[in-house]
Amino acid sequence: MKFVEKSDTLLNYLWSALITLSVICSVIFGKTHNLSNALIDSGAGSLELIMTMAGILCLWSGIMKIASESGLTSVFAKLFAPVLRPLFPRLNKDSEAFESISMNISANLLGLGNAATPFGLKAMKQLHQLNGCKATASNEMVVFVVMNTASLQLLPTTLAVLRQSYGSKAPFEIIVPVWISSACALCVALILAVTLNKSPVKKLKRKRAV
Amino acid sequence: MEFIMPAFACAAVVFGIIKRVPVFDVFLKGAKEGIMLIYNIAPTLIGLVFAVDLLRSSGAVESLCELIRPAAEALGFPAEIVPMVLLRPVSGSGSTALLTALYQDCGPDSFAGRVASVLAGSSETTFYAIAVYFGCIKIKKIRHTLFAALAADLTAVIMSIITVRLFFY
Repeated sequence: MKFVEKSDTLLNYLWSALITLSVICSVIFGKTHNLSNALIDSGAGSLELIMTMAGILCLWSGIMKIASESGLTSVFAKLFAPVLRPLFPRLNKDSEAFESISMNISANLLGLGNAATPFGLKAMKQLHQLNGCKATASNEMVVFVVMNTASLQLLPTTLAVLRQSYGSKAPFEIIVPVWISSACALCVALILAVTLNKSPVKKLKRKRAV
Repeated sequence: MEFIMPAFACAAVVFGIIKRVPVFDVFLKGAKEGIMLIYNIAPTLIGLVFAVDLLRSSGAVESLCELIRPAAEALGFPAEIVPMVLLRPVSGSGSTALLTALYQDCGPDSFAGRVASVLAGSSETTFYAIAVYFGCIKIKKIRHTLFAALAADLTAVIMSIITVRLFFY
């Protein structure tokens, strides 16, 4: 669960649409008085939410920093390399691109979203070079980005904190369902990506990339 | 499962000590990054929670839920999670705002609350991730990336309902 977002056009439209829609609907449903109450309460409510998350986010970022600086991420990356191997058959296993990919995936697994993105961008740039800087995405890029759009996380910390702050009796009870659900989503994404990569329609004879 | 976070924290610290990392200094460095992260997301979150609160109090979400409730219930689907399903691939902060709204209305341990939790944990801001990764090398022809990623999101929705039913009911 990541929520670092840069402002993009989509969000600009979405936000304006939400506000306009709310005002129009409140007039239709005759709930205009609710709207002004919400306007006043919302700021206080969201600040409270941020304060609850701030403590645990700092604490956990600190712990995770220890994990990444002590090389735990690299240990994870080595452990996961054999699993990732078959997904990128055309990449050399000692290539920089493959190394960046496994570092990105293992940082994601540990919930180090901030550390994962730079590795991911590096991997994309290296894959781009291996692909001869073509304007079309290569098979490896598709598989890699699809893996990043599926949420791989061992400890959904923020989620548990949110649940707890809204009065959950067992904030962590959802962890196994989360694992199963994300594993299924990831499998579907990978199966689709790999099969469509092999689709005969677009079969181009590409040379084995180094 | 409650023990998993303290256990992981302990493992990280012990591993750090073995590797001769100045654990507390590094911890402070990381905690500072955490503060910066909060500092950076706070305005986005406040803005989107505001929009979602407005939407909720306008009665629009309620009416939408009532409208799809018969169909949703026939499929064993909590109607309350529909707004989140729609916003999830587009905006991380937006769906967090909807998640907290849902926790307020239904409670985190309700059926809808659990399904929404699992969904939040098992899906990602698809459009954002694709934009960032392909944007950095300026590739527009992404072939079947979006299709596969959205299929994964749909799987996450279905699986979050199935797993919550299996585990808790």
